Amino acid sequence: MYKVLLCIRYLRTRYIALASIVSVMLGVATMIVVNSVMAGFTTEMRDRIHGYLADVLIESRNADGISDSVGLLNQVHDAVGEHVEAATCTVEMPGVVSMDIRGETYTTPVTIIGIVPSEKARVGPLLDCLGSYNTTTENGNVHPALRSRDVPVGWELTRDAAERRRALMEQREFLLRDQGLLETSQTTESAPQNSIVADATESETLQAPDFDEPQTADSDVPSPFDIENPFDDFDDVTPGIRKEPHDARIYIGEGLISYQVRDPETGNLEKVMMLQPGEDVTLTTVTRGRPPKPVSFEATICDVFRSGMSEYDSQLVLMNLEELQKNRGMLTLDENGDVTGDAVTSIQIKLNDYAHAETVVQRLKAAFPPGMVTVRTWESKQGLLLSAVEMETAILNVLLFLIITVAGFGILAIFFMIVVEKTRDIGILKSLGASSQGVMSIFLSYGLGLGLVGSVAGVSMGLLFVHHINQIEQTLSWLTGRRVFDRDIYYFSSIPTQVSPTMVFWVAVGAIGIAVLASVLPARRASRLHPVRALRFD
Amino acid sequence: MSQTIKMTTPLISAKAIQKTYKTGQHEVRVLRGAGISASEGEFISVIGQSGSGKSTMLHVLGLLDAPDVGEVMYEGRRIDNLNETARDLLRNRVFGFIFQFYHLLPELSLLENVMAPLMIRYSMWNYWKQRRSIKQQALEILEQVGLGHRTKHRPSQLSGGELQRGAIARALITKPRILLADEPTGNLDADTGQEIMTLLKQLNEESRLTIVMVTHDEAVASQGHRTVRLKEGRIETATIAKTGVATAM
Repeated sequence: MYKVLLCIRYLRTRYIALASIVSVMLGVATMIVVNSVMAGFTTEMRDRIHGYLADVLIESRNADGISDSVGLLNQVHDAVGEHVEAATCTVEMPGVVSMDIRGETYTTPVTIIGIVPSEKARVGPLLDCLGSYNTTTENGNVHPALRSRDVPVGWELTRDAAERRRALMEQREFLLRDQGLLETSQTTESAPQNSIVADATESETLQAPDFDEPQTADSDVPSPFDIENPFDDFDDVTPGIRKEPHDARIYIGEGLISYQVRDPETGNLEKVMMLQPGEDVTLTTVTRGRPPKPVSFEATICDVFRSGMSEYDSQLVLMNLEELQKNRGMLTLDENGDVTGDAVTSIQIKLNDYAHAETVVQRLKAAFPPGMVTVRTWESKQGLLLSAVEMETAILNVLLFLIITVAGFGILAIFFMIVVEKTRDIGILKSLGASSQGVMSIFLSYGLGLGLVGSVAGVSMGLLFVHHINQIEQTLSWLTGRRVFDRDIYYFSSIPTQVSPTMVFWVAVGAIGIAVLASVLPARRASRLHPVRALRFD
Repeated sequence: MSQTIKMTTPLISAKAIQKTYKTGQHEVRVLRGAGISASEGEFISVIGQSGSGKSTMLHVLGLLDAPDVGEVMYEGRRIDNLNETARDLLRNRVFGFIFQFYHLLPELSLLENVMAPLMIRYSMWNYWKQRRSIKQQALEILEQVGLGHRTKHRPSQLSGGELQRGAIARALITKPRILLADEPTGNLDADTGQEIMTLLKQLNEESRLTIVMVTHDEAVASQGHRTVRLKEGRIETATIAKTGVATAM
């Protein structure tokens, strides 16, 4: 009984012990906050990757794909039908996108993915990734969603995009007329060919169209590559006038058509859109067959794809599956030109219960010839990234736990001091019949007490911090005049957090354990004090 | 006038105690074969100069220190070689200590200080079950030593005399058989010292409490039944006072 009483009294009267409590508290709170935010970000990231990748993926080893999408889907349903909620075929191909922006052509490598939007939306949250279906915040301005979620997802332009396109084409038309390059009677409806299998001659034709080029003052010889020549620019920017969107329609990754600049005055990041839905880009990829030939075609941006994963947003171009198949020569046609079959490169499957993923993978592996496809869950496809994040979290935890260990050394030092200060009391207790173990347990329970109080305070502080993290961030931003958490970078409307009770429990237990461990040495020293020497101590 | 020497087994005795302290390279021989014994109900004063080994003798008797050579007997049984647990138990149940500097625990109130030995004796559960009776006992003892009105005070709020009476109350709560007092008046003025002595004598007479008191003050020493004089670690003389029970070691 005296152990508890003394331990409580020591806790209450030794203000120096507060230092230990504060250090334990800060360590625990930091660990909880960092872990919760990390877990929040990780979950969000996993959700985004998962959303884009679906549960299970069957991918062709050959970029030419596997024939007969309908047959493949039937095969999937035969093998694992009871677990499948939805499945869709896609074609994934590397390619480049060329964008004409203010007179210059930007070419970027991309991954072109042919999808059927209505089916893709069933295997993953496609609608959440499309700009027109979501409220967007741009440079602090909130734009309401352009489309209701009831509108089926497809390749139609939004009214804004269609309007933008019409205005753009009218502007071009006007410019061309102004330059006398377009006959007044010429109709704009005669659209130029929108798919060109690029061989040498044709690409030359594309780069140097048959327009009369006005001579410039400082150039006697007209050069089709002379960028000083405004008509060259003009030619590149306006490959043609087509008020109707192209047959190839795309959802383009936001990172491909925008960049961010920091406002020097406010210090805020501002997003600059280089292209908008309604405008055109040129896509280049390769055809199916031997040897693959480059193929270029124009496509109209229908929407902006924003998954929140910068890796995807700066790399993906989602386009209509059939157009991609057509351009790549993946469609089988009969003599009348009707489609009789097609090839796809991957099948995305959403399961009704992800717990069955491994079974599904095993059964699909057995159903398809191993040389033809790889079957994986989304996690194993992104294994490297996910394990890197896990490793990062683990290392961060080790480092943060070192903070608590430092607090432990603080406790050790403070305890030694307290044992010296309490030497006489220890002598008194022993003269009253207290055992060495009794004296030892006073100091051990003192350590336990410090750990408990520190942990409870730390857990409360950490949880409060996590709960109010957005308000705290706003206050900090207000105080420093800079945005601490830039929502435009991460596309989060608020800082994502996820508190795991298990994590909180182990952090608290770890902190208490360290506090107790740190008190072992001083407690042993106290218990071994000779009563007479302790009594004589002044 | 003849005097009968009773040869009953003494309640506590220390025989031929030798004790050497090592301080660095030096050895200090504090006790060189001194012995002392006390029968039940006896009030013995141990007197000697500073460094004569009187406090060490008290510590050896109360099992706070172990002799290098010699034996400590309680009711005829050797106790100095018992294991630590048994010695802790004896300190808690048989001996009561009073020190020159009172040695009350500064974090506890006077009442808690008095209850401390019983807190040590009982497990938490047993203490909890008897907490009311223990508190009652402590209050009664404090009343007895004249501190009934100071129970809630911390040691730092009490005067020297009050502290020493508090220490006596703490020693008494375990109903010890032997009270070991180390200069109980050494830090008090004459009047207060006398109050303490009166209290000790009263306890000795009324409760037949065996007291071994160490002092360097002749006037204080003479109030016991018998005075044992220590010099350089040996017994110099043992005088029998008034109704003394002689012991020759």
